Amino acid sequence: MAVLNEEQEMLRDMARDWATNESPVAAFRKVRASGAPEAFDRDAYTAMGQMGWTGIIVPEAHGGSDFGWLSAGLVVEELGKTLTASPLVATTLAATAIVLGGSEEQKAKWLPKLASGEAIGTLAIDEGPHHNPAKVAASVSGGKLSGTKAFVHEAHGADLFVVAATDGLYLVEKGDGVSLSTRKLTDQRSHAEVTFDGAAADKLAGGGDSLVEDVLDRARILTACEMLGMAQAVFDTTLEYLKQRVQFNQVLATFQALQHRMADLFGDLAMMRSAVEGGLQALDSGFGVPRAATIAKAEANRVLHAISREGVQLHGGIGMTDEYDIGFYLKRARVVEASWGSSAYLRDRFARIGGY
Amino acid sequence: MATQPDLQPPNENDAFREEVREFLAANFPSELRGKGSALAGVDGPTEESEAQRKWREAMGSRGWGTPTWPKEYGGGGLSRRQAAILNEEMAKAGAYNPIGGMGVMMFGPTLLEYGSEAQKKEHIPPICRGEIRWCQGYSEPNAGSDLANLQTTAEDKGDHYLVNGQKTWTSGGQWADKCFCLVRTDKSDKHKGISFLLIDMDSPGVEVRPIQMISGMSPFCETFFTDVKVPKENLVGEEGQGWTIGKRLLQHERTNLSGGGSLARMMGASLADIAKKYVETDETGAIADKVLRDRIADFEIRWNAFLLTARRATEESKAQGGVSEISSVLKKLGTKLGQERAELTIEIMGLQGLGWEGEGFTEAELAGVRAWLFGKATTIYGGSTEIQNNIIAKRVLGMLDHQ
Ligand SMILES: Cc1cc2nc3c(=O)[nH]c(=O)nc-3n(C[C@H](O)[C@H](O)[C@H](O)COP(=O)(O)OP(=O)(O)OC[C@H]3O[C@@H](n4cnc5c(N)ncnc54)[C@H](O)[C@@H]3O)c2cc1C
Repeated sequence: MAVLNEEQEMLRDMARDWATNESPVAAFRKVRASGAPEAFDRDAYTAMGQMGWTGIIVPEAHGGSDFGWLSAGLVVEELGKTLTASPLVATTLAATAIVLGGSEEQKAKWLPKLASGEAIGTLAIDEGPHHNPAKVAASVSGGKLSGTKAFVHEAHGADLFVVAATDGLYLVEKGDGVSLSTRKLTDQRSHAEVTFDGAAADKLAGGGDSLVEDVLDRARILTACEMLGMAQAVFDTTLEYLKQRVQFNQVLATFQALQHRMADLFGDLAMMRSAVEGGLQALDSGFGVPRAATIAKAEANRVLHAISREGVQLHGGIGMTDEYDIGFYLKRARVVEASWGSSAYLRDRFARIGGY
Repeated sequence: MATQPDLQPPNENDAFREEVREFLAANFPSELRGKGSALAGVDGPTEESEAQRKWREAMGSRGWGTPTWPKEYGGGGLSRRQAAILNEEMAKAGAYNPIGGMGVMMFGPTLLEYGSEAQKKEHIPPICRGEIRWCQGYSEPNAGSDLANLQTTAEDKGDHYLVNGQKTWTSGGQWADKCFCLVRTDKSDKHKGISFLLIDMDSPGVEVRPIQMISGMSPFCETFFTDVKVPKENLVGEEGQGWTIGKRLLQHERTNLSGGGSLARMMGASLADIAKKYVETDETGAIADKVLRDRIADFEIRWNAFLLTARRATEESKAQGGVSEISSVLKKLGTKLGQERAELTIEIMGLQGLGWEGEGFTEAELAGVRAWLFGKATTIYGGSTEIQNNIIAKRVLGMLDHQ
């Protein structure tokens, strides 16, 4: 755990308490049972807005707290631990796109609403099942955007889409020219194919040539925070289980074969945490972000993949049941692993950044 | 070891930085710029040149080779911050620390904690001056990971102990002046029967036989003790306290090994730069073999995550005022990655990366092969990876043994 200041510690503790008491995995089960495609609890999201979590990276002048990325990451990690279903990450990313590339007018129009939790935003970048921002066909002519975006996260609740077109990022409001077709994925959260058919689009003209990648790097790092929370939770749950389950007249935790597998995962988890926090610190310092973001998401992918797999295995049969939580982490894990860069994509990007 | 808290105002440290600069300008021989210590090589000592001797003496007399050790025993008496300044300035000047070895890494800190006043006065100053080489007499043919199974005996003969037995894998035994040893003073209790004894390597009855390693070097020995008389005052702590003291020393050893990167640093250039030299690149200058390129990136990402972890462990330990729990994984992670890197380097070079000696190979290529082989030891000594896993599982994760 990075060394935190007092404010950050308070924020983390508050998020931990809230997630544990108000939003345990049982809350996600309720969301799932309701079958609503937007797949989150509006009241819970309102509470998050009231606690200021939706505005952590938004400047104070626009209604946020400007607490920084490490703070935002702490909250997202805690919510990841209990699989809290919410558009917090998606909205934070939409807000950061506007912070980085928006005009004063665009900022004044959207940031206060996003920061308070009143409006929900999301990124709509990829057009196929694999993350590939270099392959975008959506285009704009005469202020009208047309194209189709695949697997847009939190699309059902979104009031605002930040859409990648061939010449940059655009703001598109839900409504005329925007239609959704639900894509129910294994994590049972909100995803949809979103078709823009001549929808009114407002360009994010600031932020320079690297705007799209800058936003995506923030997506990689913040998603990695959610993954860190998930990995930590699976590790802790599995360790607890091994300490109480008895077979052969002894608790499983006394078997060396299992001890060494847990020790390996513990080492991996340490590396994942360092990489993810390294990403947040890079964002706060503004130094070396593309490389740090690539390392953060690549390590998050590698380690969450291993831990979610081992978590099911080490629980035995009970890990296969829907009644037990561990399987939910496995299913969410693969969705976030594939988002904003698979491991192969990130290794390629890391080599490109390194000039080889 | 104990260090003073950093209470000095910043301007006092500025004055210290100035003092270091002046000292380096006056004492560091420019011909040694960028060269390492003569005492630190894995292949044993090389002849010390006149310049190297002068530099060692200059640093030794200030105690700056052991900067945070207490002044009264010949250390530098510096705060951690000042020691960091010393390091920074030495790096800028291309200077190295000429004082090293097991005395500095493990024995000194342990003796400062457990030794008697007389023992500290006798043994610490020569370590600070880099005059005495110590070796570690722990392992025996039947006591490796199960170190407490050691059988070398020290029999109480009134004014001295009579030592009989065999140690093995004694690094630098053939060049060492003295040996810190774990010996058995009581056969009835596995752990409480162990004592920590200091033995002069030139005592009658001490015999060393170098063992050749797979790397071709012979940096370690079998050490035989036959009726060796050791004065009673060479016992550290109490009789039977050897296991406690010995384990403390191993902690210092692990802290020093957990850098793990020393191996990687030895191999020098980045993997990508090596690859660009040894395999084809495409028209953009990227490595043409996409599979190899992917594996290099995969390694470098994990290597970076490890470096971030080592940094985090330091920051956390400092903030908590105790050892961070992730320190326990550094040795196993760093050594594994170091070995992986060495394997990948060789693979990138093809047969050119497997030269043993003679014509057709650069010095760096030959050194790389030896380093790759020597590096295999890093997951064995200092508590093997399996033993680290046992420790992490039991002490950190609380996965206890079957009762
Ligand atoms: C280059 C080098 C330098 C050395 N220098 C010194 C020195 O200066 N002084 C000194 O005293 N010693 C030294 N050693 C010895 C070193 O400390 C031992 O080799 C080490 O403790 C392992 O003991 P062993 O070789 O007897 O292997 P063993 O203990 O026999 O181990 C064999 C294998 O079994 C595994 N194993 C053992 N116990 C367990 C267990 N409980 N659970 C799971 N797996 C287990 C080990 O991890 C290893 O893989 C050196 C060794 C090397 C290679």
